[in-house]
Amino acid sequence: MNGSDTSGRQETAAPAIELQGISKAFGPVQANKDISIRVMPGTIHGIIGENGAGKSTLMSILYGFYKADKGEIFIAGKKTDIPDSQAAIAAGIGMVFQHFKLVENFTVLENIILGAEDGGLLTPSLAKARKTLLELEHEYGLNVDPDAVIEELGVGMQQRVEILKALYRQADILILDEPTGVLTPAEADQLFRILDRLREEGKTIILITHKLREIMEATDTVSVMRRGEMTATVKTKDTSPAELAELMVGRKVLLRVDKKPAVPGDVVLDIKNLHVVDDKGVERLKGIDLQVRAGEIVGIAGVAGNGQSELLEVLGGYADASGEIRVNGQPLDLSGKHSDGRSRRARGIAHVPEDRQREGLIMDFSAWENTAFGYHRDPDYQSGVLLNNAAIRADTEAKMERFDVRPPNPGLAAKNFSGGNQQKIVLAREIERNPDLLLVGQPTRGVDIGAIEFIHQQIVALRDKGKAVLLVSVELEEILALADRVAVMFDGHIMGERVSAETDEKELGLLMAGVGN
Amino acid sequence: MEVMPKWAEVTLVPLISLLLAAILSALVILAIGEDPIAAVNLMVTGALGSTYGWGYTLYYATNFLFTGLAVSVAFHAGLFNIGGEGQAMLGGLGVALACLLIPWPHWTLALLGAAGAAALFGAAWAAIPAFLQAKRGSHIVITTIMFNFIGAAVLNYVLVNLMRPAGSMDPATARFPETTHLPTLHDILAPIGINFSKSAPANVTFLIALLACVLVWFLLWRTWLGYEIRSYGKSEPAAKYGGISPTAITMIAMLISGGLAGLMAINNVMGEAERLVLNAVEGAGFIGIAVALMGRSHPFGVLLAAILFGFLYQGGAELALWTSIPRELIVVIQALVILFTGALDNMVRMPLERLFLMMRRRNA
Repeated sequence: MNGSDTSGRQETAAPAIELQGISKAFGPVQANKDISIRVMPGTIHGIIGENGAGKSTLMSILYGFYKADKGEIFIAGKKTDIPDSQAAIAAGIGMVFQHFKLVENFTVLENIILGAEDGGLLTPSLAKARKTLLELEHEYGLNVDPDAVIEELGVGMQQRVEILKALYRQADILILDEPTGVLTPAEADQLFRILDRLREEGKTIILITHKLREIMEATDTVSVMRRGEMTATVKTKDTSPAELAELMVGRKVLLRVDKKPAVPGDVVLDIKNLHVVDDKGVERLKGIDLQVRAGEIVGIAGVAGNGQSELLEVLGGYADASGEIRVNGQPLDLSGKHSDGRSRRARGIAHVPEDRQREGLIMDFSAWENTAFGYHRDPDYQSGVLLNNAAIRADTEAKMERFDVRPPNPGLAAKNFSGGNQQKIVLAREIERNPDLLLVGQPTRGVDIGAIEFIHQQIVALRDKGKAVLLVSVELEEILALADRVAVMFDGHIMGERVSAETDEKELGLLMAGVGN
Repeated sequence: MEVMPKWAEVTLVPLISLLLAAILSALVILAIGEDPIAAVNLMVTGALGSTYGWGYTLYYATNFLFTGLAVSVAFHAGLFNIGGEGQAMLGGLGVALACLLIPWPHWTLALLGAAGAAALFGAAWAAIPAFLQAKRGSHIVITTIMFNFIGAAVLNYVLVNLMRPAGSMDPATARFPETTHLPTLHDILAPIGINFSKSAPANVTFLIALLACVLVWFLLWRTWLGYEIRSYGKSEPAAKYGGISPTAITMIAMLISGGLAGLMAINNVMGEAERLVLNAVEGAGFIGIAVALMGRSHPFGVLLAAILFGFLYQGGAELALWTSIPRELIVVIQALVILFTGALDNMVRMPLERLFLMMRRRNA
């Protein structure tokens, strides 16, 4: 800022990154509004905000994916234009995306040099890269076998490769976008240790997340974004999760779920030796045994992709399985021919699917059309051979009011509601049918904190009415807060069951990684 | 929040697209040394200037209505039925069999029977590609295209070898009996004092097509079956979650679609030719795709688009008759209309959206 042209990246006085008055609009949506931020070198700077707060847009501007409508970027005190990602890399910025950008069947080394090859011949540049890579690994304590093929590595290792890729391109500033979304708690801890080490070596790290705990654990400074604006930047040690949550949402929020101890009744859901083989012939569920009683919430914890989705699909009636499932003592038909969502609903099973935008809602349909979805053949919704649109609309209006959906407009297309309100529409549809068993997948994924509180309350309220709830979530915090019992899934097995009150993230984390029992 | 108001979406976008197509067509006519204004005049008087012209325009529009609705229904289920041509051909076979084999006492009964046969044959021709799609995942676009060719070959064989009257050199069936002849618009309108051209082919089928329009609308937006069709078309994963069977909906939507395409035969085969000839469909199955695209797969949009294409067809025929503009140019004009209303939709939409956005900002 003070006009030092000596390309002094290491200069301690100038911030590593300074953004001044960045604004960006997409059509009518102001994604970033006059954002200014200074990230000091050698620190871990967290950026926290709800979905849609504008974190990703801001980082995309910094990495050259979008061009800001207004505002300036200074890198190490020097005004810099970043028209594309090449320019960002040249300016010493490296990005680790939430979804890795790796070639699955290439080795680590091949992935590292992809796009940064040295000369026309591959062999010499690979040899040279190997030397550099090993030096980097040694310097930052990031051990990865250069010759391992990506698809054979775990997610945590793949993420290290992404970090190494950035370091290989001589990044001084690392941006990590929701880096722990796919990691087990243990892997996340490892990642934070790596980030610490990188900071000690003088790198600057920007950590984007919506998890308060990570911010508190890992960062030095934190900036909070809300509705496209930067609402505060504070020293992490001077703040608290409650204060950050309030800054994110704009009002006080309850971070813990208020609930009484469960009073479990009869067994509602009884699963015995359940097996599922997918279309490609891969066995996804390898003998699941699980019970859920009336009046309790059973949480299924696990890293995504370990069979939780398949379990929900089988229970929801749209995947074939073998084994036995009883609901209220009566067996469910598991053959694909007869089982379908409609007969499941008739048996008192309601289902809030994991991916509401793909399964739970039809995004182009209006809220009232979505409220009938799955129950559209219900006699209440018919008049003669025709759909009783007026009745469905009236029902939707009532549900929207009870679940505080905003805006309360039944004619608005589902895609025009925020994530939290979309989820409320799905939840209202499923819960208001008063099911015996509620299946809930990732109830608060992509949902703002304010709505999370409400959604959790509704699920607990259903439990307190003596209904059974099976909850699948990749957020351990959510499982521990909501569930009365926790079953951990790993590789199609249930690794173990624990009573929530008697376990912690560490124990569950080990089970999630396949260790234990 | 919608960027553009609904009325602009359904009126402005197609109108501007149409205008652009017209301007480009005018330039093409100019380029081959003819006068575009005179050409437009000729088309309008030829197609809409007399009850004779209207009779042809509405006759073509009836064909396009059925095939356009056929494509639309499949579209709502996310299926691209390109086989309207073949399904209409087979519909014609159904009509011919019904009219020739059964001694109908009156045209009303004959119409019901022939319509049933037309729909049945059309649906049957759509059923095989539908089954292959639903059960084997064979892409419906490919199979329906192939079934157009198979349909043409089947009809060729049937007409030449089985249904040609003995001694006739013409690959066509015998004339249908008198009791199966449908009243033309002249016959229908005469009692209420309107003198409609006697020689124009528009007939009672036009009213059936209008009825089909209304029924398709009811089906899609007022019944749970239509709801399931539209749900499946928007999102297959959601449909599965909602308990909607992809196999069943694929089959049902394609059967309805094929049935509608087949119904076209009561217009061209029973109403106009009064016998089944080779190539009776004359490309109406393909025009149906353009009609559905332009009508945004909405039955009333399809109605307007079908009348527009009826006008282009009849006006084009007049143009070819009275000027040195070749008939092929009409195909060019039609192609331009399809290009602008279908493929280049976003070209018109994006600037319009921006315009509305600016206006809203200014008002805000």
